[in-house]
Amino acid sequence: MLKLVAIAVMCSISVITMGQKRTDLQSSIARGKAVFENTCLACHQADASGVPNLAPPLIKTSFVLGDKTKLINIILNGLKDVEIDGERYDNPMPAFDYLTDTEVADVLTYVRNNFGNKAGVVKAEEVAIVRKSKKKE
Amino acid sequence: MKKPSTILFGITAAAFSAFTYQPKEEELKLPSGFSAQVFASEVGEARHLTVTPQGNVYVKLAKLNNGSGIVYLQDADKNGKSEKRSSFGAYTGTGMAISGNYLYASSDEEIYRYVLDANGVVADPARPERIVTGLINRRQHASKSITLDNKGNIYVNIGAYANACQEKDRTKGSPGRMPCPILDSAGGIWQFNAAKLNQTYGDGKRYATGLRNVVGLDWNKQNDQLFVMQHGRDQLFQLYPELFDAKQSAELPAETMYAIKPGDNCGWPYVYYDQFQKKKILAPEYGGDGKKTGGDNVIDPTVAFPGHMAPNGLLFYTGHLFPERYRNGAFIAFHGSWNRAPEPQKGYFVAFVPFRDGKPSGEWEIFADNFAGTQNIQSPGQAQHRPCGLAEGPDGALYVSDDVKGTIYKITYRGK
Repeated sequence: MLKLVAIAVMCSISVITMGQKRTDLQSSIARGKAVFENTCLACHQADASGVPNLAPPLIKTSFVLGDKTKLINIILNGLKDVEIDGERYDNPMPAFDYLTDTEVADVLTYVRNNFGNKAGVVKAEEVAIVRKSKKKE
Repeated sequence: MKKPSTILFGITAAAFSAFTYQPKEEELKLPSGFSAQVFASEVGEARHLTVTPQGNVYVKLAKLNNGSGIVYLQDADKNGKSEKRSSFGAYTGTGMAISGNYLYASSDEEIYRYVLDANGVVADPARPERIVTGLINRRQHASKSITLDNKGNIYVNIGAYANACQEKDRTKGSPGRMPCPILDSAGGIWQFNAAKLNQTYGDGKRYATGLRNVVGLDWNKQNDQLFVMQHGRDQLFQLYPELFDAKQSAELPAETMYAIKPGDNCGWPYVYYDQFQKKKILAPEYGGDGKKTGGDNVIDPTVAFPGHMAPNGLLFYTGHLFPERYRNGAFIAFHGSWNRAPEPQKGYFVAFVPFRDGKPSGEWEIFADNFAGTQNIQSPGQAQHRPCGLAEGPDGALYVSDDVKGTIYKITYRGK
């Protein structure tokens, strides 16, 4: 009986935690959407399809679904003269280092979980670490 | 019993076709009496093109197609559809023009020419002469469009490798560089000798300056003068949200046509043209606020169009096939915008401006539309076709290239 109660308690705790996580993710995505619309949409477009030959799409590319540190660095430092999945894009991306750690995390989490993408959450702490290591250089 | 089933089948077929109907590629919207044919399709990323006196077409490609950057499209039976194609030139680029017995082609750094034989065919595709070399290519606005006058000169656009000559390109809060050092080697039109080999900056002349990027340009034979179409600057709202809203930023600045005299300054990056105030406005990177004027030494545009529509082709029509009002007027291929987002995009059509005595004699109008295959374009990726280059055939037909699917359209006039 005690065992059963313990299991029930553990289950409900994990359900609550999962629920909390889901709410965190949803609110990060909601905040990230606003950052995307103010900061990214002009070049990457409302549907994230980009501009052929000028600005890359953010839909299922190896960059968007790939390494988080690399993505955080692109937002903080900008990007120039790069080939993405065999395509070249001629317009440079400026640095968006004025965005806060939370804003960078939110917009990356939004992009990685929208436009048909499915990739891991980016946390503000992860952005802070990348930003700090950049300053040391 | 037989009859009803036939009727039923007919209704079903009609209903089915109503749901599956899609506009065909050649269904451009044109003024009454005009029609368009698909001269060729899937030629590659087709940029500028030119037509030989025999009615065959050379097209420059922005990406190699089977290792080649120039496509030759023949229409021997003159039915308006190319039945044979070949290709050569293992370099990408935009410029393509015929003058005298030569075909001129540009990469993003160089200009080449090929001898044409009596049939208008490139005699030795493997060995072009290199006319110009070492032109700056820093990716942004790198395409080198070309046109020729009737005195043995070639004109090439060298686009500015920046949006507004800021210390940090396209970066909010970054001021404009004073003076803008880009203008020494780019941001203008350079003139070279069309017959001299291996020329570079020192051999040429900066013919016009203060042009951010020109893709469409043409030598107007009636005026004996160079005309260019400038791509205006981007991102007024994104860079200066305190001065401009998204709607203003979608319309401003104007895409501008200039009639060029040697030495002219068109104002970039210091001023831009506001088509509503009809004034040259000081750029915000140089202390402007959307109202302060500037550029006393800067010429005014000949025609101002809505912002960001990306004029990639310009052609002064000299043929006799189209009705009289089109003679000596300007056709402009608008590639279509991206920098109007979040507002709907605009362009993706060929416009026309009537001219009389070398000056515009009326408002601009849309001539050929529906390249995109859809209205209300939100992002450029939604466009099925994007007009880029223009050329006139010996029969007076207008050829339009599309660099999405590589369709070459031939537009003719058959009357009412």
